[in-house]
Amino acid sequence: MIAVELHDGSFDPWRYLTDWQQTRQLSARSGATAVFVGTMRDFNEGDDVQSMYLEHYPGMTENQLHAIAADAQQTWSLDDVCIVHRTGEIRPADAIVLVAVWSAHRAEAFAACRHIMEVLKHHAPFWKKETLRNGTTRWVDKNTPG
Amino acid sequence: MSIKVLFFASLRERLGRGDVQLDASSPLSIAEVWQQASGEICLPANVLVSINQTYADATAQVQPGDEVAFFPPVTGG
Repeated sequence: MIAVELHDGSFDPWRYLTDWQQTRQLSARSGATAVFVGTMRDFNEGDDVQSMYLEHYPGMTENQLHAIAADAQQTWSLDDVCIVHRTGEIRPADAIVLVAVWSAHRAEAFAACRHIMEVLKHHAPFWKKETLRNGTTRWVDKNTPG
Repeated sequence: MSIKVLFFASLRERLGRGDVQLDASSPLSIAEVWQQASGEICLPANVLVSINQTYADATAQVQPGDEVAFFPPVTGG
């Protein structure tokens, strides 16, 4: 199955995964779980960052995340895919994104998890606006290389 | 019929508007939608476009009733 969620407020990715495993009947076929958690850094481009606002395109963002997960499921043999992403005001050390992939074997789980994150970075409609320690604000205009 | 046009993030702030309704009774090109909604002549090269919440390229046609969005490169994750 595919699960996509946006959170306008902090979320604990590890609690989310625990709840997921407790409330869903995991496929006994799943021998591998790959997890990526992205958290907010307190620096960018050489400046101290105090907070960040994450804008999105309601409707299209959810559709894109779902399409990215569905595409990965077509490419690899995946049992479950879960993508959770923050929106709104974010503080350093807050989780921004959780990608979790369940598959029969580790090669597929690792590859799919990495692929989903890279496609998300370049295609999911989110935009970051940083507030620096000195009070100025700026839009982030590009992704880090990886 | 109308075409709903949305601008996001730095593009919205630069143009000073988040959404515009265009009157349209026949298809328009992306360039025409951009010109009428933004008031600017040329679509900047790095601006991304979607039609009805699906990515589109600059040669696509926009139908009356469509929702078009213009936005800068995405930076999620």
